[in-house]
Amino acid sequence: MKTEDIRSRVHAILAEQAMIDQTDVTDAASPADLGIDSMGVVEAIFAIEEGFDITVPFNANEPGKSAEFDISSVGAIVTAVEGLIARQRG
Amino acid sequence: MRRVVITGAGTVNALGADVPETLDAMREGRCAIGPLDIPDVDRLTIRIGAQVHDFDEGAHFNRQQIALFDRYTQFAILAAREAIGQAGLTFTGETAARAGVVLGTSGGGLNTQDQNYRVVYEEGKNRVHPFVVPKLMNNAAAAHVSMEWNLKGPSFTVATACASSNHAIGQAFQFVRSGMADVMVTGGAEAMLCFGGVKAWEGLRVMSRDTCRPFCATRSGMVQGEGAGIFVLEEYEHARARGADILAEIAGVAMTSDASDIVMPSRQGAERAMTGALRDAGLNASDIGYINAHGTGTAANDKTECAAVAHVFDRHADRLAISSTKSMHGHCIGATGAIELLACIMALRDGVIAPTANWQEMDPECALDVVPNIARETRVTACLSNAFAFGGMNAVLALRAT
Repeated sequence: MKTEDIRSRVHAILAEQAMIDQTDVTDAASPADLGIDSMGVVEAIFAIEEGFDITVPFNANEPGKSAEFDISSVGAIVTAVEGLIARQRG
Repeated sequence: MRRVVITGAGTVNALGADVPETLDAMREGRCAIGPLDIPDVDRLTIRIGAQVHDFDEGAHFNRQQIALFDRYTQFAILAAREAIGQAGLTFTGETAARAGVVLGTSGGGLNTQDQNYRVVYEEGKNRVHPFVVPKLMNNAAAAHVSMEWNLKGPSFTVATACASSNHAIGQAFQFVRSGMADVMVTGGAEAMLCFGGVKAWEGLRVMSRDTCRPFCATRSGMVQGEGAGIFVLEEYEHARARGADILAEIAGVAMTSDASDIVMPSRQGAERAMTGALRDAGLNASDIGYINAHGTGTAANDKTECAAVAHVFDRHADRLAISSTKSMHGHCIGATGAIELLACIMALRDGVIAPTANWQEMDPECALDVVPNIARETRVTACLSNAFAFGGMNAVLALRAT
C-alpha cells in the first residue's frame, strides 16, 4: 500500500472520529487538536486495526510513552501505521 | 440512630479460599496475579489475571446445584457460608423475616453466557440447558443465599460496575440502621475471567500485560481478578445481646454520581463521596488512619483518586496510609469492594495495613503514603473504603473499630 493511500485512510478514520471534514485533518495536528479525547483515540485505533487488518500496540495508561505507536500527531500515526503494515502484512 | 456492626466475614478469591488465608496473603504482600488458565487464552492479548485456581466445584456442590450455580454464585455461596458460620446465626421465625441479602455483581453469570454462546454460535447447536436463564441472571447469587439460609426480608442485587459491592454494602447498612432489617447478608461476587469477559476488557486498552502496580510511576494498567466477599451486618444491640464477636462497625456511607463521563473519573465526585461518608459517620478527617483505595492501577484512576484524597484530607493526607489491595487480588469488579473490606477489618482489628504490592517507583502525582510492598503494623481506629465505578457512580464506606 502506498504512503498516500495510508495517509488518506488514516485521515478519513480520524475525521470520522472527530466528526469533522477530512480536509480539516492535517499531519501536523495532534488528536487533541482535532477534538479527539483519550477514549476517542482508543476508538480510532480500533478503526485503524479493523481498516488495515493490523494489531496496534497501544496502552491508554501511557499514551505518551508508547514507543511502538506514536500518536503525538496525525503524521506520526500515519508513519506508525505504515510501519505496522510492513511488519505485520509483509 | 441504630448502630450497625459486622459479625461475620467470608471470601473466596485468588489470595485464598477463606478469610484467614486471604489476610495472611495480604500481610505478606503476596501477589496472586499470574497466567490465565481459560479456554482460548491464546486468542487473547491480555493473558494474565488473579484467577481462583484449583477450584473444584464438585467438592463443594452436588450435581443439581452445579446445574444452577454459575461460578459467581458458587463463590458467593462459599463466602456466605464462612460469614454466616462465623456470625453463628440461624434464621427462623421473626429473625428470618427481618433478615435479607443485598449483593453486588457486574457480570453476573457471565461464564454461563460465554459457555452457552459457544454452544449455539460456535458449535451450531440449537438447544441449551434448561436452566441457562436462572443460572446466568444477576440476582441468582443473592437468591441462592436467601434460599440456603432462609433469609426472608429484602433481597436483591446491585449493579454499579466496579462499585457494585460498596453500593450493596451501603444499601444493606441503611436497611439495618433504619430498622427495616436486623441482620443483612451483603457483599459481592464476580467471575468474569472467561474468554468473552477478558476480550471485552481488552478493547478498552487499559489492561496491563505484566502486573498491577497502583500509584507507581511504572504502572501499566489494571488486572482483573475474581471471587466473592460476603459479610453479616447486624444491629449493634442485637449482636451484643447474643454475645457475638464484633469485627468492626460500619459507621457511615456516601454515594455520589459524577454526572460527567461514562469512563473517565471525576475528582469532585470522589471528593464528595469521601466527605459525605465522613459526615454520615460523624468522623473528622483527622480520625482516618487508613484508606483502602479504589487504586485500579490505571493512569486515570490513580491520579484522580490521589488528588481527591489530598484535597479532602488536606494536611492530614500526608499522615494517613492509603493502599490498593488490587495489586494482590486483582480488580474483582463487582466483588472488589467486598474483598477490599477485609483489608479494612484487618487494619481496625489487627492493626495491620495491607500494602500496595508490585510498587517500584514514586509517581509525583500519587505522592501519598501508599504503604509500598510491605504491610505495616499501626493502630487504626477509623478507615474509609473507596469505590469509583465506570458510569461515574461512587460509593465510600466509613468503618470504625469497636
